[in-house]
Amino acid sequence: MAVIDATGRPPAAAAPAAPVRSRDPEAHPVPTGREEAWRFTPLRPLKPLIAGQEPDGKIDISVAAPEGVEVEFVDADDPRVGRVLTPVDRVAAFATVRAGGAVAVTVPGETELTEPIVAALRGEGGVCYSHLVVEVGPFARATVVLDHTGTAKYAGNVEVHVGHGASVTFVSLQDWDDDAVHAGAHAFSVGRDAKLRATHLTLGGHLVRINPTVDYRGPGGDAELAGLFFTDAGQHQEHRLLVTHLERNCRSRVTYKGALQGADAHSVWIGDVLIGADAVGTDTYEINRNLVLTDGARADSVPNLEILTGEVAGAGHASATGRFDDEVLFYLMARGIPAGEARRLVVRGFFGEVLDRIDVPALRDRVMAAVDAELSAVGA
Amino acid sequence: MSTLEIRNLHVSVETDGEGPREILRGVNLTVRKGETHAIMGPNGSGKSTLSYAIAGHPKYTVTEGSITLDGADVLAMGVDTRARAGIFLAMQYPVEVPGVSVSNFLRTSATAVRGEAPKLRLWVKEVKETMGFLEMDQAFAERGVNEGFSGGEKKRHEILQMMLLKPKIAILDETDSGLDVDALRVVSAGINAVRETGETGTLLITHYTRILRYVQPEFVHVMAGGKIVDEGGSELAATLEESGYDKYVKVGAGA
Ligand SMILES: Nc1ncnc2c1ncn2[C@@H]1O[C@H](COP(=O)(O)OP(=O)(O)OP(=O)(O)O)[C@@H](O)[C@H]1O
Ligand SMILES: [Mg+2]
Repeated sequence: MAVIDATGRPPAAAAPAAPVRSRDPEAHPVPTGREEAWRFTPLRPLKPLIAGQEPDGKIDISVAAPEGVEVEFVDADDPRVGRVLTPVDRVAAFATVRAGGAVAVTVPGETELTEPIVAALRGEGGVCYSHLVVEVGPFARATVVLDHTGTAKYAGNVEVHVGHGASVTFVSLQDWDDDAVHAGAHAFSVGRDAKLRATHLTLGGHLVRINPTVDYRGPGGDAELAGLFFTDAGQHQEHRLLVTHLERNCRSRVTYKGALQGADAHSVWIGDVLIGADAVGTDTYEINRNLVLTDGARADSVPNLEILTGEVAGAGHASATGRFDDEVLFYLMARGIPAGEARRLVVRGFFGEVLDRIDVPALRDRVMAAVDAELSAVGA
Repeated sequence: MSTLEIRNLHVSVETDGEGPREILRGVNLTVRKGETHAIMGPNGSGKSTLSYAIAGHPKYTVTEGSITLDGADVLAMGVDTRARAGIFLAMQYPVEVPGVSVSNFLRTSATAVRGEAPKLRLWVKEVKETMGFLEMDQAFAERGVNEGFSGGEKKRHEILQMMLLKPKIAILDETDSGLDVDALRVVSAGINAVRETGETGTLLITHYTRILRYVQPEFVHVMAGGKIVDEGGSELAATLEESGYDKYVKVGAGA
């Protein structure tokens, strides 16, 4: 079977070694910054997490869940821990070890929740770790919201299993203070004929590096991953996605949109999609679009599609980074609309596709308000 | 009494790499409310430059002369302030605003120009009726501004805005270009509806005389080489129809 990547090139003669997958932190090398996985990331702010420094801070986690949902704290050796996520780097491995257990949220099979499960994670400073497990039983429906606020140097693992025939909407909002550091391994597994809609909304933080991964545990699974980030001066916001299609007839869609403004605003989007030799009938498409609002901001965007089967239903990707269009600004202003409002219109329009998908109204309003506030902060 | 006065206007454009280049070289023009003026001229004579300079496009720099609206210094105003003061420019090439719906755009614009949000029920009715007048499908309102619009749809959308915003001075830059006969008829009817209020001064920029059969100007100005080189009544348009711009182009080149 031929191996091609997004560029249509054959693979390098010596393919890079597959990453170590282990729960043992010491099984992972200390990153130098030259590795493919770390080459965009400033390592200095992550040092304590890479070193696995003992926690000296706290992240306050409170879970509000509708009736019928079980929330408990379980030991690290509970069988639910590690069922979906196997760490691929030291930070994720330390997150589980140092968290000393996991918050486990269980939605029993065939439960149809009408209200979201909301986990509020409030950083209260210092180095801290957590591990969250969400299990949604067969044919259940649930919405899970993670709401990150405050500040911390924080490594947080999240694993979500969507049982067969179940439907899960997952939203993770990174609304950190300016000095927060957040490394998050977010692993999703999608059962047979199950549906996942996961959205990552990253607004704050000094350094945020989220690593959403999806795998399928049966045929017919459907995963829609969306993201929105607004990267400000001095911020580094990184989303590294990996969707692994090893099952037949599964579908994935990835739609990430970012806006950047200010000196040294840096966003990174990596979209890796792997389609295994047996994953016939796979249908996948990923797109990242970035809107650069000012000089001095930089968006890195790397889609990569690796296909090991000849029988896909569809596979594509797109990536585009453009500057804010002054002609659009002129057009809107020539209709009486002041510059600041015109920018808001344009940015909201740009984000619309992702914003419209956030079907938790309070959250959508909060994100829009935050985006508006970021825009007016520049006084545009 | 709304009057737009342009005196000895010199305008330069910022070129890519070659510094500023003078395009308009002393344009004089007065447009009063209720009047219709046509500016005609060959390609590259500076017609769009004049319209952009009036609207305040940042790429065009006024190096000399003045523009006033009822005595107020237009050049001291920002682009949005000019629009709120009553200057409207229907663009030759309207740009796409992805993800912003026509209805949201129109309402935001009307709110800005009128100084308050129009009452929702009346507004919806007004938009609906105006779209009907311009033979536009109502589904248009939910599309992204100019996104995937055909040339004719873009021009209708520009005229829709003019009808809703009721400007003191409307500048229509080649609104006729790219229109088939049907669309030209509809668009002209829209322009005439605004003219008939008697409240708007209209500056019709065109390369061809075709639209002037539907929208009759009282004044015709010929632009060549960045200047107005001839002026007259509507009979001048008829002359141009026959003889073209050849003699003016030579005059312009000599300037
Ligand atoms: N941004 C620009 N950069 C460089 N040159 C410009 C720019 N804008 C206009 N020009 C030049 O100025 C001159 C006048 O252009 P303008 O668009 O005003 O002409 P026009 O009369 O509207 O022509 P048309 O009938 O083709 O619309 C042309 O020679 C054009 O190339
Ligand atoms: Mg022109």
